[in-house]
Amino acid sequence: MIPELGNFALILALLLAITQGTLPIIGAARGIPSWVALARPVVQGQFVFLAIAFGCLAYSFVNNDFSVMNVARNSNSELPIQYRIAASWGSHEGSLLLWVFMLAGWSVAVSVFSRHLPDEMVARVLGVMGLVSVGFILFLLVTSNPFDRLLPAAFEGSDLNPLLQDPGMVIHPPMLYMGYVGFSVAFAFAIAALISGEMDAAWARWSRPWTTVAWVFLTIGIMLGSWWAYYELGWGGWWFWDPVENASFLPWLVGTALVHSLAVTEKRGSFKSWTVLLAICAFSLSLLGTFLVRSGVLTSVHAFATDPTRGVFILAFLVIVIGSSLLLFAWRAPKVGLGGKFDLVSRESMLLANNLLLMVAAGSVLLGTLYPLIMDSLDLGKISVGTPYFEAVFVPLMTPAIFLMGLGPLARWKQASLPELMLRLRWAFGVSVVTALLMPFVMGEWKPLVSFGLLLAFWIIATIFVSIRQRLHNSGQGGLFTKLAKQSRSYYSMHLAHFGIAVFIIGVTLVNGYETEKDVRMEIGSTVTMGGYTFRFNGASPVSGPNYQAMRGDIDVLRNGEKIRVMQPEKRTYNASGMAMTEPAIDTGFLRDLYVALGEPLEDGAWVVRVYHKPFVDWIWFGCLLMAFGGILAVTDRRYRLKVHNKHVETATVAEDKRAASNPRLSTGGKKA
Amino acid sequence: MNLALPFALLKNSYPQKISDLRNTFAGKQLILLLAFVLLSPLSWAKEAAPVAEDPVLERRMIALSEDLRCLVCQNESLAGSRADFANDLRREIREQMQANKSDREIIDFLVARYGDFVLYRPPVKPATYLLWGGPFAFLLTGAGILFFYLKRRRKQVEEPPLTEEQHRHAEALLKEDKGNNA
Repeated sequence: MIPELGNFALILALLLAITQGTLPIIGAARGIPSWVALARPVVQGQFVFLAIAFGCLAYSFVNNDFSVMNVARNSNSELPIQYRIAASWGSHEGSLLLWVFMLAGWSVAVSVFSRHLPDEMVARVLGVMGLVSVGFILFLLVTSNPFDRLLPAAFEGSDLNPLLQDPGMVIHPPMLYMGYVGFSVAFAFAIAALISGEMDAAWARWSRPWTTVAWVFLTIGIMLGSWWAYYELGWGGWWFWDPVENASFLPWLVGTALVHSLAVTEKRGSFKSWTVLLAICAFSLSLLGTFLVRSGVLTSVHAFATDPTRGVFILAFLVIVIGSSLLLFAWRAPKVGLGGKFDLVSRESMLLANNLLLMVAAGSVLLGTLYPLIMDSLDLGKISVGTPYFEAVFVPLMTPAIFLMGLGPLARWKQASLPELMLRLRWAFGVSVVTALLMPFVMGEWKPLVSFGLLLAFWIIATIFVSIRQRLHNSGQGGLFTKLAKQSRSYYSMHLAHFGIAVFIIGVTLVNGYETEKDVRMEIGSTVTMGGYTFRFNGASPVSGPNYQAMRGDIDVLRNGEKIRVMQPEKRTYNASGMAMTEPAIDTGFLRDLYVALGEPLEDGAWVVRVYHKPFVDWIWFGCLLMAFGGILAVTDRRYRLKVHNKHVETATVAEDKRAASNPRLSTGGKKA
Repeated sequence: MNLALPFALLKNSYPQKISDLRNTFAGKQLILLLAFVLLSPLSWAKEAAPVAEDPVLERRMIALSEDLRCLVCQNESLAGSRADFANDLRREIREQMQANKSDREIIDFLVARYGDFVLYRPPVKPATYLLWGGPFAFLLTGAGILFFYLKRRRKQVEEPPLTEEQHRHAEALLKEDKGNNA
């Protein structure tokens, strides 16, 4: 009964999505106010029905209804409750239901937080999102219905993949999907602007916070995925250039370009068509990511689904969405204004160059990800494209981008002087070179690659200092703190996010350069010493988990002869699937992680144990968090908050913006950061 | 060397260890203890033996196998995987290294046996020209388009002179927002 209710709710949601995707757009074009007014209530109705559908699926999982195919395949009565809930998005069908549910959530958010926008604009934006929703709900109902029955019912379910039975995996997919789906808002704004032909600074200002929020979710999603791989896969890597990881990284790269390009469009009225193209690209890559992971074209650590009909459906959907939006772009973009004038050396050009590098990087990652698939499908032979390729391509592309990252915030809009910039940044450059050369000695050994990585990181940090100093110098009267308080949040948000990149680079560089690993046979009482820590193996004993049996190692960690903690890595075998899993024990620290994993058992209670000392590894994820915080700070900037509270003032400002945008010179000085 | 000190240490701080050893090695305990103490005067507990017999060779093997694919796994390197296939192949590589084969020879052998699929660094050949050349082509094309676009754009953009009223408005805004323009 409950699954049928869910199915019915899904069908109703489809009908509402069709309404949402057609009537408001037509209404906006023909000037029919009642059709335009339909957008908001329909969006909210669709959300309610999708919530019911999702609730029904979760209910079936929680209550072990093994007459539902999806539940029988992806759950088990022994599975702890939190993983039963998470299992509702652990499967292919469930994750897509989560996708549309989130799309509906984002649509509701747009409908609620857009009171200050013109109704036609909102109708078009929500209409485009409705069309996307139609595609996904159809996909669910036609090829991957999560409520399909299994008759007669299974007596027991076959269990959730043990890799997914982990708190990190409970929140990683929702975060990632929030990011993927969030780009649909930027996409919808772009398409709405193309349809209406109204694309001005106000448009960029509306679409910017949505894009930033989506980018924040995606950043956190990717970070969680990387962290999960680190502690769950059991060999301590944090990024594998796996096609599925690339699928989430591609929209991130393009999204990052989009965030920067939107900044220019908002402040200077330039790059409009480029921004629109990026918004289309970012969402298309989100769709492609879903397609790559969910169609079964890849076989990798994350990809579990295999069914060609699904692949064909998503591919067709992809072609329709990308094709039609690019056609619309080709038709409308030439009419979009150019915006303000700027020189070859200016902040605009630098941002454009950075955009170019990010896009080339995204293009190359896409090429490397798809190349083996294309070669295989054309019968040109099977090849693997892995880490060596991606590193060879990615690092050289990002190096100039990071150099520009230091330069850009100091360059003037419109017209900058290269000699002046060099003069201002010579100290930053000198300091970062000297520090980068010396730091590796502090770590114990000088390595050229470490020095190079640190140079990039210190360059970012040094230029942030120079930039803030200069900014304070130009901030008029007052003490240091008054001046600091005077700066807008979006100014700090930029530096915070850039600082996050620096922290991230430090983490990557140092862990790659100085990580140590020992693969040892540990008898009971024997020790292994690494990085100043001594690990003493006290044997392993059997323990029972809720749905697995495990051998749990007991290892004392000693520093200077004193015991500082006990580490308990496990080797689990899950009851239902019989799958073996390595659960490493990790001692997380500011400057290093100690990472211990059990290998295979030997005679007399001895075990093969792998011990790692990973200096600065947590800085990788901390850096990502800083980037995300930067994004959050940007969204809370005053100019966005004012808008929600004061519609009246807003309308006035927008009108002013429009006037200002028509005269770019005026718009330079007027707007806040 | 002062033998009295290690013995004193033994008696006081490691009673557990001594009784263990006594059970295992009954008669030869004294000689064994002596040997242990002399070999590792700083820490009494036995240092665990590395799994690899030859750590230098092992490092070389891991470095090589990091760029190789474990063919039966889902996108895992030969170095990272614990699958039987990977274990066997790592043993194979180790043996070839012991037989003084160069990395090049070993890779050629693996490619002959398993094809290019085993390489994470795809070989440069006609079928992969596009893969290796692609990023450069993207960059050159992109940079070229960007340069010409910017040049053309500068000619196209006409900035109308400010009217008197706009000028005053801008002045007012600048005053209000002084130094707050990023």
